[in-house]
This record gives sequence, structure tokens and C-alpha cells, in this order.
Amino acid sequence: MSLEPFLIVAAALFCIGIYGLITSRNAVRVLMSIELMLNAVNLNLLAFSNFLDSGNIRGQVFATFVIAIAAAEAAVGLAIILSIYRSRDTIDMEQFNLLRW
Amino acid sequence: MNLSDGVQVVSLVILSAMVISAAMGVVLLPNVVYSAFLLGGVFISVAGLYILLNADFVAAAQVLIYVGAVNVLILFAIMLVNKRQDYPEFKLSGLRNTITALVCIALFSLLAVSLTSTNWAVQPATFVLTSTLVAIAKHFFYDYLLPFELASVLLLVALIGAIVLARREFVPETTKDSAAEDSLSLLEKPREQLVGTNI
Repeated sequence: MSLEPFLIVAAALFCIGIYGLITSRNAVRVLMSIELMLNAVNLNLLAFSNFLDSGNIRGQVFATFVIAIAAAEAAVGLAIILSIYRSRDTIDMEQFNLLRW
Repeated sequence: MNLSDGVQVVSLVILSAMVISAAMGVVLLPNVVYSAFLLGGVFISVAGLYILLNADFVAAAQVLIYVGAVNVLILFAIMLVNKRQDYPEFKLSGLRNTITALVCIALFSLLAVSLTSTNWAVQPATFVLTSTLVAIAKHFFYDYLLPFELASVLLLVALIGAIVLARREFVPETTKDSAAEDSLSLLEKPREQLVGTNI
């Protein structure tokens, strides 16, 4: 067991999240991509906490904070999506261009 | 950790393959309901990786919060807004996807090269913590007490904000002629016509 495989998995998960964040048209899928990226960050934190700071696990504390903030972000994001769906009758990301220019 | 090294390596390979394939499914599948269920698979596999990293409390929190709360919330949102519509194609969308895929692959290769060439200061595990839960609790209540309390305030604010954003406001006044057609529809705040709406 070494550090690098976990970091490579986390990097792959983060890049998949970025791809989904940019290319998906459905607003709910954008939120799912953000959750993927937050999981990649958590995996990085826990890998460094286990291999570089094993006696004084601060990374697990930060991972717990990230999980709490991700839960708050998901609740507020889905409420925003519901509100947008009521006013615009669509969840296509390409039509949310009210504030673009 | 009492598992032998071979078991750890095999579980690492299996869990990594599950994480990557399920995440690709989340991003690439056309049906968003399948994506949401695969997202649950990603969360459970990542919890398995956390257990491999000796983080049992965070793995339990991951299963409880992500799979139990966030994934269910996403499924409810899909149920509430699932409108079967074909998104209108716009020009250069294929080019955008190709460029994004290239950028993501380049970013991943950059990260992989940099993290494999870095000489990490890996500590040999000199002593094993008896309980990660005790260590995390000491961090929470001694040196990270202020962020801990701020996180609880943030959760309260997010709760109230989500309710305010997503609630339907009851509209009591209805005229006589529209009452008949309104009786079959849900009572809610009339849709605000935004400036520049093209629907």
C-alpha cells in the first residue's frame, strides 16, 4: 500500500467531475458532478492524513467539514434548481443565460 | 489495520475500478435517473476506499450523509423536475465536448505525472491510533472548536435558505372564472415572468 494509487484515483475522479460540470446540460447532473469533485478532494485529504500524518489525523477532521459543507451545498443547490424550474420551466443549462452579458 | 497486504491491494484495485467506472457512468449516461443511482455506487465505493485508509468514522459519515441524505435529495429533485424534453442542439456542442475531454485528459496526465514524480515525505506508521473517533473528537473540541461551531451555524443557514428558496407560497385570492380550472392544479405562487424569458 502506498500513497500514489489513492492520489491517482482522486485525480481521475476530479477530472471526470470537471468534464461533467462543463459538458452536461441537465442542472441536476451538474450538481452530481460537483459532488464527485468534492469526493475526490476528500479522498486526497484522507490519503495524505493516513500516509503523511498518521499519528495526528487532521485530514479526517477536514474531510468531516467538507462532508458537512457538501450536504449544505446540495440542499441549497437543489432548492435553487427547483426555483429556477418553476420560473423558467426548464433545467437546460444553456437557457439560464439571464445574467450572461 | 489487520488485513494482509494482498487483500488490501486487491480491494484497492476493485474499489478503484468501481469508482472510476461508476463516475464515468454518472457523467456519460443519457438518463439522469441511472446517473443518480450510479452516484450512490460512487459514494459507497469511496467509503470503501476510506476504510482502506484507516478512516472508519469518515467512512460511516460518508455512507450516512452522502448515500443517505445527498443521494436521496438528488433523487427527489430528479423526481420533481424530471421533464422529458430533448435539449435543443446548438452549434459547436460536439467541438465543446471534444475540447473539454482533451483538457480533462491533459489535466489528469499533468496531475499523474506531478504526483508520481514528487518525493512524498511518507511517515512510517510508528504507532497505531487506538481509536480514530477519540482523536477526531479531541480535534473537534480543542483546536478546531470554532470551525466546528461555524459549521453548525452554516448548516442552520443552509436549512433555512433551502426552505425559503423552494417553498410554494399559498395564494388565496382567485377570481370566479379561473377557479374552475385552478381546482385541478396545485395552488402555488404564480410564475414570475422574468425579463428576457424566451419560453
